[in-house]
Order: sequence, then C-alpha cells, then structure tokens
Amino acid sequence: MNDSTVSRLDLDTPEKTYLDANELILNMGPQHPATHGVLRVILRLDGEKVLGLECVIGYLHRGVEKIAEHRTYTMFNPYVDRMDYVAAVSNGLGYCEAVEKLLNIEAPPRANYIRVILTELNRIASHQLWLGTHALDIGAMTPLFYTFRDREEILKIFEKYCGARLTTHAFRIGGCQYETYEGFEKDVKKFVAFVAPKIDEYEELLTTNRIWVERTKKVGTISAKDCIALGVTGPVLRASGVKWDLRKAQPYAAYKQFDFDVPTGQNGDTYDRYLVRMAEMRQSLRIIQQAVDGIPEGPIMAKVSKVIKPAVGEIYHSIEAPKGELGYFIVSDGSTQPYRIRVRPPSFVNLQALDVMCRGQLVADVIAVIGTLDIVLGEVDR
Amino acid sequence: MPWDSPLVADLKKQYGSGLDAQTYLGQNYLRVDRSLIPNILKQLRDKEQFDYCVDVTAVHYPKRERQFDVLWILYSFSKNERIRVKTEIADGESIPSSVDIWPTTNWLEREAFDMFGIRFEGHPDLKRILLPDGWKGHPLRKDYGIIQQDQEWVQINLGIESGQ
Repeated sequence: MNDSTVSRLDLDTPEKTYLDANELILNMGPQHPATHGVLRVILRLDGEKVLGLECVIGYLHRGVEKIAEHRTYTMFNPYVDRMDYVAAVSNGLGYCEAVEKLLNIEAPPRANYIRVILTELNRIASHQLWLGTHALDIGAMTPLFYTFRDREEILKIFEKYCGARLTTHAFRIGGCQYETYEGFEKDVKKFVAFVAPKIDEYEELLTTNRIWVERTKKVGTISAKDCIALGVTGPVLRASGVKWDLRKAQPYAAYKQFDFDVPTGQNGDTYDRYLVRMAEMRQSLRIIQQAVDGIPEGPIMAKVSKVIKPAVGEIYHSIEAPKGELGYFIVSDGSTQPYRIRVRPPSFVNLQALDVMCRGQLVADVIAVIGTLDIVLGEVDR
Repeated sequence: MPWDSPLVADLKKQYGSGLDAQTYLGQNYLRVDRSLIPNILKQLRDKEQFDYCVDVTAVHYPKRERQFDVLWILYSFSKNERIRVKTEIADGESIPSSVDIWPTTNWLEREAFDMFGIRFEGHPDLKRILLPDGWKGHPLRKDYGIIQQDQEWVQINLGIESGQ
C-alpha cells in the first residue's frame, strides 16, 4: 500500500467487525465506467470504509515524450492535443507558447486574443464535460444531457474555425494558422448569450438539490496545506481556499488585459470544487466577452522561420489548463528536433491526492472523488 | 548568463563552489553538486519558501561521463517565483529521494525511475508507474529505440508475436 502521503486516519484495524472480515482488498477497474477511462484502483476496505488505496495507471501510455524526441518541433504540435483530449486547445497553447519562449519570440496581439477566446471556450467545454460525467457518476442523469447539448455549440465553433472538433491543433508556433472565419465574433457572442442562462440551469438542478448536497458536502475533503504538499493545482487547490491561478500569477497570452476574478472555496470538499468550477465557467464567459469585443486588427503570425531551430538551452513554461498547471519543459540541443520534452501533467499530479482524499470515506464516495478530481487518463498516462 | 540575487549569495556563502547559478531567457536555475542533495532542497523549502515542487524529471546525455541531469522545478507561492535545481549523476548512481520534503515527488520520482532507471534512495515505494512491473528497459534513455519494446513481455502477457 502506498502510505507515503500524509495519513489523516488511524489505520489500526478494528477489533472484530461483522463476519470477522476485518480487511478486504477490492479491485476497481481498469474497465469501469466511473473511472473516466482506464484507471485501476486497489481499495483496502473495512466494511464500507476506505482504509487506503493504490492507483495503478499506465494503461493509456503511448510514450508521447519519446515520440517528441523523434519529431521536429512543428511535427510534435498535434501530438499534444492527444494528452488531455477534452481540452486540446489548452494543450496546444501551452506547447506553442513554450516553444515561442525558447525561440524568444512572441505571438502578435491578434493571435493572442484568438488564442484566449478559443482556450476559454475550451475551458467551458471541459468543465461541462466534467459536470455531466461527475453528476452521472453520482446518480443525476439529466445534467449530462444538458451539458453535452450545450458543449456541442462550442465544438461547432471549433469545427468552423479549424475543421476539427476535439483534437483541434488550433495554434501554430508563432501564432495561429487560420484567420477567424466570417461571422466568428457573431458566433462567439451568440454563444456567450446562449450559455450564460444554461449555467444557471445546471445550478438549478444541482446546487440546492438535497441528494447532490448529501453526496458531495464533506466528501473528499483536502486542506490547502495537503494540496500544496501534494502539488495539487487548478480548481481543486482553489476550492481549498488558495487563490492561485497562473492566468493571474504569471499572465501569459493576453490574460493581463482582461478583468476577471479567481473563484475560491473554503472547505475543500467535493461540493466546493463543484461551486468553484461553476463560477469559473462564468468567469470564462467574462473573459471571452471582453476578448471578442476588443479583438485587435493585425497579423496572426509572428516571423518564424520555416525550419524551427532554437538555440541550445532549456525552458519551462506552464499555463493554467482547465485541470491545473500544465507545464512543458523543453531542452534544445540546437537541432530541428527537441532533445527532450517533459510534460508536467496536472491530472497525473492531482490523481496522487486520491489516496489522501478517500481515506475514511465510503466506497461510493471514491466514485465521487474520482469525478471531482477531473482527471483525464490520456493525460495521466501520456 | 550568471544569475545574481540575495538567495544565490546566501547559498554560495554556505556551499561555496558546489553551486553555480545561471539564468537563461529570464528563467533561473541552480547547478548543484550531487552531494548537496537533499540538504539544499530542504533549505530551499524551509528558508526560501519554495513550498511547491512542480516537477521532478531527468534528461539523458549518453556521451557525458555523468550521464543524467536530474532536475527539480520549484515554485514559491509567497514570492511568485520559479527556479530549477539541477544535478548530474552517473549511470547506476542513486540520488536521495525528496518525498519527505515534498510528498508530491512520490509519483514523479517513480516516473523518473520508470523512464530512466534512476534510483531514488529512501523512496517509500520505488517501482514502475506507467509501464508494467515486469518490463525490461527504460524507454526515455537515448539508447532505447523509438520502436523498441520488451518482446518477451509482450509475447508472454499479451499472447501476440509483437506489438507492432
């Protein structure tokens, strides 16, 4: 068992429980619908109570970091979309900006605005998918249909912009390949007006719903201190009360120019994480509205040579992906291919907190906690 | 480019020549002697408030005598500052684990072990994390081919001739 994390429970086995079954090892997954992919969890149980658990991962490992060493910088760009495939645009933004930093260039303002609009749309799409599946895991079926219906509108905008719905490959190193299509601003504005009342609708279904509250309040609680020790970032960290968002702390793209809040929670439980993500969707809408109103004219590509050959050196750049801090560490040896690319995946690091969050909870809560961590196994395993 | 700051002056006074501070494209990093790990990491967390360990990873340079760079990316919430700490180790040499400094490094060190075969001394449960337990070889080493695989493992466990 993995006992290295700070245990908050007295793990002594109780004297004698029903049927003398003091401890039970239960395997969950990897083929389990509530694990959001292929995650295997080995649970150590006393009756219904979780004493500890171990995650077994790697089922989706495709060796992305190895592939990177055998591709040029440009060729590797579409691969990053396939890590966190529900937030492909964020992955692409992080990678493109990291390479731009290594080349010491900057994308033009217009490109940055387009990037912000698409990334924030993607954040909403990612949160919608999280909400739908998380609620379904807990037993509320309706939100799934609502969120997938509305997420479709975002995917339609992506499709019109770059021809792809999920693995978009929307950005290029140095800016964007495509100019916005005719009617892009109108579509985005229409979407903002359309989805704002829909978010209220999701909240109406859940926020005061007695079953939802019972299943999420005081479930999977994690303190801010534990979050920082475990390197947990994103909405999970913010729901524990740490007001930290890379878009504010170390602004990238055009985020400096927009006015938005960083929602936080207090209790660090599943319910607070739900509220934080709901508030984040509204903040994303605010950002999109400002960006689309102020989108500047000008070029969408910086001057980048056809053959990308950064000088010898290394760089770490990270962005606030929907799931937390997504970082790229790139080492260049001066050739056209990266010497090493390391991806710092938020899902991988956040998943490590599952053990701490589930101790002392019931088996059914494990499902709720996996959902609330918002992991994507494609990114965990890479 | 050399990097100068009160932090560096402080550390240099204490550790002298075992440490070299550089900055590249506005990002600061420390090159430290292996013998200073983990003390310097502990000090960075306790005294300099680098309370969040973002990442632990490695880079393989097969032509060098000390083949691996092991590096820690650190962040301080109170200072909003990031640094990298790097050290060089030879193939087969181990390095002290930092799990008791930052619990987050547990899985990160396991991944570095899985991908490079670097042993972290004092790690509570050092085993493979992404690849199956019985797998032979460490894929992110430069001498591991891109289509290379553990043929024997594939044949026994998957019941197929080859994974390709």
